[in-house]
This record gives sequence, structure tokens and C-alpha cells, in this order.
Amino acid sequence: MSGVVMFFMQIINGLNIGSIYALIALGYTMVYGIAKLINFAHGDIIMVGAYLSLVLLNTGMHWSIATLLSILGCALLGFTMEKVAYKPLRKASRISLLITAIGMSYLLQNSFQLIFSANPKPYPAFINLPSLKLGSITISSNYYTTFIVSVLLMILLTLFVKKTKMGKAMRSVAEDEGAARLMGINVDHTISLTFIIGTGLAAVAGILYSNCYTIISPTMGSLPGIKAFIAAVLGGIGSIPGAVLGGFILGMIETLVKAYISSQLADTIVFLILILMLVFKPAGILGKNVREKV
Amino acid sequence: MLKVENLVVRYGMIEAIKNISFTVNDGEICTLIGANGAGKTTTMHTISGLIKPVSGKILLDDVDITKVPSHKIVSMGLAQVPERRRVFAQETIEENLELGAFTRRDKDGIQEDLRKVYDRFPRLEERKKQLAGTLSGGEQQMLAMGRALMARPKILLMDEPSMGLSPLLVKEIFRIIEEINKQGTTVLLVEQNAKMALAIAHRAYVLETGMITLEGTGEELAKDPRVQSAYLGG
Ligand SMILES: Nc1ncnc2c1ncn2[C@@H]1O[C@H](COP(=O)(O)OP(=O)(O)OP(=O)(O)O)[C@@H](O)[C@H]1O
Ligand SMILES: [Mg+2]
Repeated sequence: MSGVVMFFMQIINGLNIGSIYALIALGYTMVYGIAKLINFAHGDIIMVGAYLSLVLLNTGMHWSIATLLSILGCALLGFTMEKVAYKPLRKASRISLLITAIGMSYLLQNSFQLIFSANPKPYPAFINLPSLKLGSITISSNYYTTFIVSVLLMILLTLFVKKTKMGKAMRSVAEDEGAARLMGINVDHTISLTFIIGTGLAAVAGILYSNCYTIISPTMGSLPGIKAFIAAVLGGIGSIPGAVLGGFILGMIETLVKAYISSQLADTIVFLILILMLVFKPAGILGKNVREKV
Repeated sequence: MLKVENLVVRYGMIEAIKNISFTVNDGEICTLIGANGAGKTTTMHTISGLIKPVSGKILLDDVDITKVPSHKIVSMGLAQVPERRRVFAQETIEENLELGAFTRRDKDGIQEDLRKVYDRFPRLEERKKQLAGTLSGGEQQMLAMGRALMARPKILLMDEPSMGLSPLLVKEIFRIIEEINKQGTTVLLVEQNAKMALAIAHRAYVLETGMITLEGTGEELAKDPRVQSAYLGG
């Protein structure tokens, strides 16, 4: 394989994993923007989405219905998680919230281990469209589907937040919750909706990811979850375009490091980026230096 | 219009409001004057439902709103211009005004009120596509007032609208408050600027460290020696 072809292949790999990170990062960033909470259980929603769809596919259900139900299931889980675990702590300290979120993550991982065992399971990939040929490069369908679906969802989300009344409510709650209340905005509903959208996107990410890697396990969500979190911080936590940009940058860096430097070093470098970012530009690439909420 | 009865509000151990009662009558400008930390903002936040009181009652047109969530209070006809304006800095002026009408469904009515706000504050119309964060303090105050009016409230609460404005602008703002009131909106005004507030208020209360110590008409309180020495520098 020539160097140029190899490089293009890596770019495609980077776009693929980058779009997964971006989808997950969107949930992190939206929830942070509105509830000022880092939902560390967010990565595990990918895993829940993957298992839900596995179980449904194994019943012989059509993939479209299985996917839809998995997304709804994850959205319901996100909604419940907020109501049960985070809402009662809304006035508590940030550290209590953080610990609760970490606890929630373990709860999800361990319950799924209990039900499905810790052993990885094969996932019946269902994206079987013709491969795309670009000269000597062949792009398999799950790769371009992942990219197209992710980009479409990001565009839809952006339009939703920019144009709809609920989207405007989300933006105003993110900027000043008290003032939003004075406008007559139902903050509880707005936070619930944010969790529903964020976890729904994570479910999609989980299903796309499983189609590409075809092996799932109860801990499959933690590493992509953490990387998506780094992507959100990199782009500027709270910023929607930031999460997308951060996701793609991170996916690209990780892939290129794996291909050209060392696959062992890839994760180290990703974490190094987080540390450097926090030291030199904590607000992220597109983040505003928002004042800390007291 | 608005009745506050035996209201007590606490922040943890601190009792910020210690059993206050007051009434705002239909169609009037009523003012609560008091120094820093008297509990003015706490009272306003409690009426709007941002803080829940320990005890006491708040009645809006004889309906008990003490336990009503904040978003419903707005649709019941009570809007607030908060302390320090709190405009949405990252939204445009027009978006801020639209957010003011969040609880309303009547598209035509909203357009009509938007027109009225722009007629009242022509500077907002000139800058309607500009981000609210780029406005001057006075313009932000006008935006915050316009935004609250977009809810088409029966009663408008204003928390220190004069804060940080030049004397000329303060005059202008108070002229507009009187005008809004004359057009039929009841006003509850909270101020440290006692002189200006008492000059336009029909009735007034003095709030001191969480208690109401004096009440009367605006004129009466402006003449009261205790008010003069404490709040009017006289
Ligand atoms: N969030 C809070 N937590 C604890 N104490 C508070 C809080 N907000 C206000 N207080 C206290 O409650 C009392 C009343 O404060 P409030 O803001 O209502 O006064 P104010 O009359 O509006 O003052 P100012 O003129 O400075 O705006 C003060 O002693 C203040 O320190
Ligand atoms: Mg105050």
C-alpha cells in the first residue's frame, strides 16, 4: 500500500472514531452546560445502548425497530438517572455530584456484568451496504454510515438548539438558570430534555460503534466515554460546536498516533492533551471564559 | 393585586426576612426601600418563586402562589426585572425579548408587544440583531424592562433599576416606569435610591434588616425625618 493511500485510510479511520467521540461528547457538553454536572455515567450509556440493541436483534427484530427501541430505552434511562440520582443533589456541592456520577457509572457496569457476565459478546452488525470505492481505497459501509449518521444528527441538534423554543430554553438555562426561571421557563423539564437528548445520542454512538467493532462488553463504554469527555473539554465544555470539533480532532490525533508513532502511546497522548489543555487553555478551543457559578 | 403575609425566608441559619407583610394595590406603584442587605432581593426572589419561604403566604389576585413553581407564576401575570438586569448576554436583543414572551402562545399579541417595546425603546430596535452582552448598562436595563413587559404582566417587579446608571439615565428609567404604570401595569419597585423611588411611588415601605419598619404614601415617607436622615442624606 502506498504511503498516500495509507494516509487516507488513516484519515477515514480518524473520521470514523472521531464522529463517535463527537456524538458522545455532545451529551457531556450539553448536560454540563445546563446542569453544571459532569455525568461520568454518560460513557456507559453507549454500552447500555449496545446491549439493548443486541438483545432486541437476537429476538429477530428488524434492525430499525431494535435501534429505535434502544435509543428510547437509553433516553428513558437518562431521564430516570437525572430524576433519581442528580435532581435531589441539585443544591449539593459539585463533589457530591461528581461522586454520584462515578457511582452511577459503576452501578451500570456492574449490573450489566451481573446480567450478561463480564465476557465480551459478539455483536451482530447490521450495516451491510455496498462498500464505497475511491480509487484504490475501499470504505466499508459501517464507516461511512457512522460518519453520515453522526454528521446528520449534529446538524439536527444544532438546528434544534438554535431554532426551536425548547432549544432556546436550553440556551437560556445554560446561561443563567435564575433569569430563565423568571422568563417562565420550566428548568426541570429543560434539564430532563437535555438528558434525554444526550443519552439518545450516546445510544446511537453505541450502536454505530458496535457495528464497527462487533464485540461488546459491560466496560466497553468507559474508555470512549473518557475520550469523549476529553474531546468536550478540548472543544470547550458547554459548547456544542466545540464538542464536535473536539471529537474529530481527538479521533484524528489518536488514529494518526496509532498509525505513525505507536499504538501503545495513543492513549497516553490523548490524556496528555487533556492535561496540556487544562493547563494552558482551560476554556477549550471554542469555550468562552464563562464565569464560575457560585 | 399582590399580598405578602408574615413572610419568613432563611438562607441556612441566616434569617434574611423576618416576618414581613405588605400589600400592592391594583394599578399603583408601590416601593420597598432599604439599604444594602435589607432583604429586598430576597423578597423579590421569593415572590417570583425562586426561593421558597419558611413560612408566610404570597397571594396574587387572592390566589395563593407561595408553593406555585416559578414558571407558572410568570404565566399568572407576574414578571420581574431582576437586580443587575441579567439579560442573556450571548443572545441577541430580539432573542432576549422573545424569551420574555416564553410562556405566551398568542403570536399576534407577541408581535404587537414587540412593536410596543421597540416604540418605547427605539435603541433596542436599532440594535436588535446585536448580542445583549455588547449593550451599555442603560441599554441593558431597557432590554431587561422590555423583556419583562413581553410577558404582558399584570404586575411588574423591579429590583433596583437605577443601579449603576448615570443620574440622567435614572431619570429616564423612572419616567418610563411611571409611563408603564399609567398604561395599566401595577408596579412593585425595590430601590436604594429612596429619593427617586418615593417621588414616583403611590405607597412605600421601609425594609430594614428583614423587617418592615415604616409605611405610608410616597409623599409621607419622603417627609418623614427618620427616612430623611437614613435614606435621603438629610
Ligand atoms: N444566597 C444567599 N446565601 C446566604 N445569604 C444570603 C444569600 N443571599 C442573600 N443573603 C443574605 O440575606 C440578606 C439579604 O440579602 P438581599 O440580597 O436580599 O439584600 P438586598 O436588600 O437586596 O441588598 P442590596 O441592596 O445589596 O441588593 C443579606 O444579609 C445577605 O447577606
Ligand atoms: Mg438586592
